[in-house]
Amino acid sequence: MQIYLPIAEVSVNIFTLLGLGGIVGLLSGLFGVGGGFLITPLLFFIGIPPSVAVATGANQVVASSVSGVLAQLKRKAVDIPMGLVLLVGGLLGSASGIYVFNLLTELGQIDLAVQLCYVVFLGLIGLLMLQEGIRTLQKQRKGGGVRKKRVQHTWVHKLPFKFKFRASGLYISVIPPLLVGVAVGILAAIMGVGGGFIMVPAMIYLLNMPTKVVIGTSLFQILFVSAFTTLMHAITNQTVDVMLALLLIVGGVIGAQIGSRLGARLKAEQLRILLALLVILVAGKLGLDLVLHPSNLYSIATGGE
Amino acid sequence: MIRTALLALGLCAVTLPALAQDQQVLPARPGMPITNRPEPDEQIVAGLSRDNIGITTSFDGSQILIYGAIKRETPEPEGQKLAVIVTLEGPLGPVTIRKKSREFGIWVNTASVGVAAAPSYYAVATSGPLGDILDRRTDTQQRISIPLAMRAFSGPITVDDSIPFTEALVDIRKEQGLYKLETGGVHIVDNTLFRADFALPANLTEGDYKTRIFLLRDGKLVDKYQSAIEVRKVGLERWLYTLAHENAALYGLLSLALAVFAGWAAAAIFRFVR
Repeated sequence: MQIYLPIAEVSVNIFTLLGLGGIVGLLSGLFGVGGGFLITPLLFFIGIPPSVAVATGANQVVASSVSGVLAQLKRKAVDIPMGLVLLVGGLLGSASGIYVFNLLTELGQIDLAVQLCYVVFLGLIGLLMLQEGIRTLQKQRKGGGVRKKRVQHTWVHKLPFKFKFRASGLYISVIPPLLVGVAVGILAAIMGVGGGFIMVPAMIYLLNMPTKVVIGTSLFQILFVSAFTTLMHAITNQTVDVMLALLLIVGGVIGAQIGSRLGARLKAEQLRILLALLVILVAGKLGLDLVLHPSNLYSIATGGE
Repeated sequence: MIRTALLALGLCAVTLPALAQDQQVLPARPGMPITNRPEPDEQIVAGLSRDNIGITTSFDGSQILIYGAIKRETPEPEGQKLAVIVTLEGPLGPVTIRKKSREFGIWVNTASVGVAAAPSYYAVATSGPLGDILDRRTDTQQRISIPLAMRAFSGPITVDDSIPFTEALVDIRKEQGLYKLETGGVHIVDNTLFRADFALPANLTEGDYKTRIFLLRDGKLVDKYQSAIEVRKVGLERWLYTLAHENAALYGLLSLALAVFAGWAAAAIFRFVR
């Protein structure tokens, strides 16, 4: 059954979209990630114009993060002040990200920029997660190693504007979280993702936040940043396809439920290694596309000068 | 080689005046033959199976039948080969064609050519091989063959040779089913009646689709008929598209509200199921 998407102006099979949303939902339920990093490249693959895929991907992330934040709020696993600081940075980053996005679109380099971002960030994070996952798995085999406490006093602690983040148990300057927020906001706008897969490691390793509040706080921030990104894309480029978003969301919701049930049966370390492998796979595929001789050297874009 | 030459000719020789003229012709009363010269001996009388197409949510391409007859006041001329060509042309729009080259080991868009106006859809159906039934001069004047459907370049040309770029545009659009040449797509019965079927693809853009019918004898134009088919998004498609463009902020908020509601509903249902 075909459906004509009003903004993307292509006709796509309904079940392809539901299935796509479902698979991404399954993975996000399984691994606790937003899934934006998967949905955008998959949308490129089925022929949705890149600008529409990125903007609509952001809209889909809103839905999945609302779902996640509600669950995390119940568990009191959201550090709201920290989330707000990250959010301020995120909004600044998102606004400049949209500017960069439009600039690159005009130059005809947006596809390359998006692909490069994916390859570099996904590849890096995938490898880090894989390394970490394997290390913990080995430790568990040896039988409960001692965990190092990660409180180090560095230059970060000498910065001004210190603030007490109660839920995270941190007393640090607002500058590092602000910068993390900016960086994630820029990437979110360019890549059409929530940025959870960058934010989570940054919060753990750069800000030393306790793991239990990281997911909830990151989702809280992602929710607002991706909402803002969606709105900006809708206003400046008219590229949010609500019909496409709706189908992806419906598929995603069903997939997420199956995923989280499946996830409950697997060990956390196994999950992390699986996710790492998946992330590396996506990065590797996109990386190959950049390096291998393209089947057609020419590409066309409507509009332009 | 001939194709390449034609392409260069078409794009260089015909510039903006041709475009303006073309657009003046378009709003002519639909269904009326355009006769800008004394009555020819043979005239086209034609009809379309439909003069408008609505793009609905379930739009999955469309069929169009263009049919007609050749009206004669005098007996049919002897010994001259009769041919009919029917073209269907979607709205024109600017297109940028980019070429990748290898820089620092990766493939990057490095060169581009802008075409000011290329049809979003262009199909040519003929009663015989185009090279046999249409002479070069008529083709250039009437812009019939596919490469000639593209109009002037936009902006300064920054590449040494623009021909591969315009050829690539035609190739890509042919692959997408948007440009088509259907040799033998026009059936002529008894040298009087003719019909051509067009299958419009699902990835159609809206606008006025110009229909032209050319009656040819030995490659020369005898009569020409022009009409238009309106392709419009309708219903929900129309509403969403208009909202997204004319009231972008509201549309953005609507998309967000939908996403937030879906997210909340998912969480609520999930809790309920448990």
